[in-house]
Amino acid sequence: MRIFFDPEVLAAAWPGIRSGIGVTLGLALTSIAAGVALGLLLATVRALIQGAPLRPVGGLIAAYADVFRAMPPLVLLVVLYFAAPFAGIELSGFMAAFVALGLVLGASAEEIFWAGITSVNRGQWEAALSTGLSRGEAFRRVVLPQAVRLTIPPLTNRAIATGKNTALASVVAVPEVLNQAASVQAQTASPAPLLLAAGVYVALFLPLVRLGRWLETRFHIR
Amino acid sequence: MSEFFQTFLNPGVMAESSGLLLRGLWVTLQACLIVVPGGLLFGAGLALAQTLAPAWGARSLSWGVDLIRAFPPLVLLVLIVHGLPFLGIEPPPLLGVGIALTINTSTYYGEILRAGILSIEPTQWEAARSTGLGTMATLRHVILPQGVRNVLPDLAGNTLEAVKLTSLASVVALPDLLRMARVAQGVHFNPSPLILAALLYLALLWPLVRLIRRLGGRAVLPA
Repeated sequence: MRIFFDPEVLAAAWPGIRSGIGVTLGLALTSIAAGVALGLLLATVRALIQGAPLRPVGGLIAAYADVFRAMPPLVLLVVLYFAAPFAGIELSGFMAAFVALGLVLGASAEEIFWAGITSVNRGQWEAALSTGLSRGEAFRRVVLPQAVRLTIPPLTNRAIATGKNTALASVVAVPEVLNQAASVQAQTASPAPLLLAAGVYVALFLPLVRLGRWLETRFHIR
Repeated sequence: MSEFFQTFLNPGVMAESSGLLLRGLWVTLQACLIVVPGGLLFGAGLALAQTLAPAWGARSLSWGVDLIRAFPPLVLLVLIVHGLPFLGIEPPPLLGVGIALTINTSTYYGEILRAGILSIEPTQWEAARSTGLGTMATLRHVILPQGVRNVLPDLAGNTLEAVKLTSLASVVALPDLLRMARVAQGVHFNPSPLILAALLYLALLWPLVRLIRRLGGRAVLPA
C-alpha cells in the first residue's frame, strides 16, 4: 500500500500539481465563458433571423452544432495542435485546448439555448411585439429571460463536463493537473502522483457534480 | 487552394496511410463493442440496484456514482491503465481501456435508465402487482419496456458520448484510429491522415447525431 501513498513522492509531486490547479482552473473558466458566450450569440442570431432572407444562416448554425457534437473533443484538439501549424496557424497548447473546448461547449450551449428559446410560447413573442417592442427588444426583454431559466441545469452540466475535459490538454503539454502528475510519475515510477491528482479532481468536481444533480431535481425539466 | 489540398487532403498520403487508419478504426470499433454493451449492462445493474435498494442504499449509490463522475474520464483511464500494474494486475491494453471507460459510461447509462424507471407512474406498479406479478416480473414485463422507450433518445445520446470517449484510448498507446492517424502523420510529415481520421469520426457519428435529433434528443446530458 505504501507505494500508492509514498509521502516522499507525494511531497515532491505537490508543488507541480498545485501550480497545475491554477492552469486547470484558468483553462476551465476561460473556455466555459467563451463557449457559453458563443452558444448564446449563435442561438440569438438564429432566433432573430427567422423568416428574413438570411435564413440559410440558421441552417449553418444548426450544422455547426451537429458537427461539433459528432466530433470527439480530443480529435479536435489534436487536429488544432498538430495539423493547424501546416496552415501557418501555430497555437500554443493552452490556446489549442481553449479553442477546442470553447467550440465544443459552444455547440452544446447553442443547442441548449435554442431549445430554451423555442420552448417559449409563440404568444409571448406576439404579445411583446404588439406592445410596440422591436424584435430585438422582445427577444432580449421577454423571450430570453424565460428561456434562460430552462437552460440553467443542462448548461451547468455541460460546463462541468468542459471543466473535466481540461484534462485532455495534458496531451498537448499544457502543464495542468494531470500533465504535472504524469511527469512526476514518469520520474519516480510511482503511482502516488496520479492518485494525488485524482484526489484534486474529486475535490474540485464532486461538489459541482452534486450541484448539477441538485439543479436538475430543483428545476425538474430533465 | 491546390496547395491547401496538397497539404491537408493529399491523395497520395491518404492512400498510403489508409491501411494504418483502417487498422486503427477496427481497434476503435472493438473498444466500442466493449464499452457500449458493458456500460449498458452495468448501468442497468446500477439502475435496478437503486430502484430496489432501501432509501439509504440508493443514497449511498448516488454518492458513489457522483464520485466516479467527478473524475475526468481521461484521469480514470490513466489511473486504471497505469495504476493497476502496481497492484500486480496487468490487463491487455484494450481490456484496461474497456474497463476504465465502461466504469465511466455505466454511471450515465445507469442514471438514464433510472430516470426511465421513475418515469412510469406508481399506479402501473400497483396494477401489475395486483395481478399477482412479483417485483422482478413487474419490472421486466411492465416497467422496463415502457421506461426504456421513454429514455431512448438519452440512451442514444450517451452511446454517442461513449463512442467519442474511445478516442481517449490513443493517450495510453492503444493503436486506435486517432493514434494511428498520429503515427501516419509522423511517417509522412503531412497532416492529411489526421484530417482523414477526423472525417472518419464524423462519418461514423454524424448519422448517430441525426438519429438522436429524429428521436427528439437533446444535448441535455448530465456532466
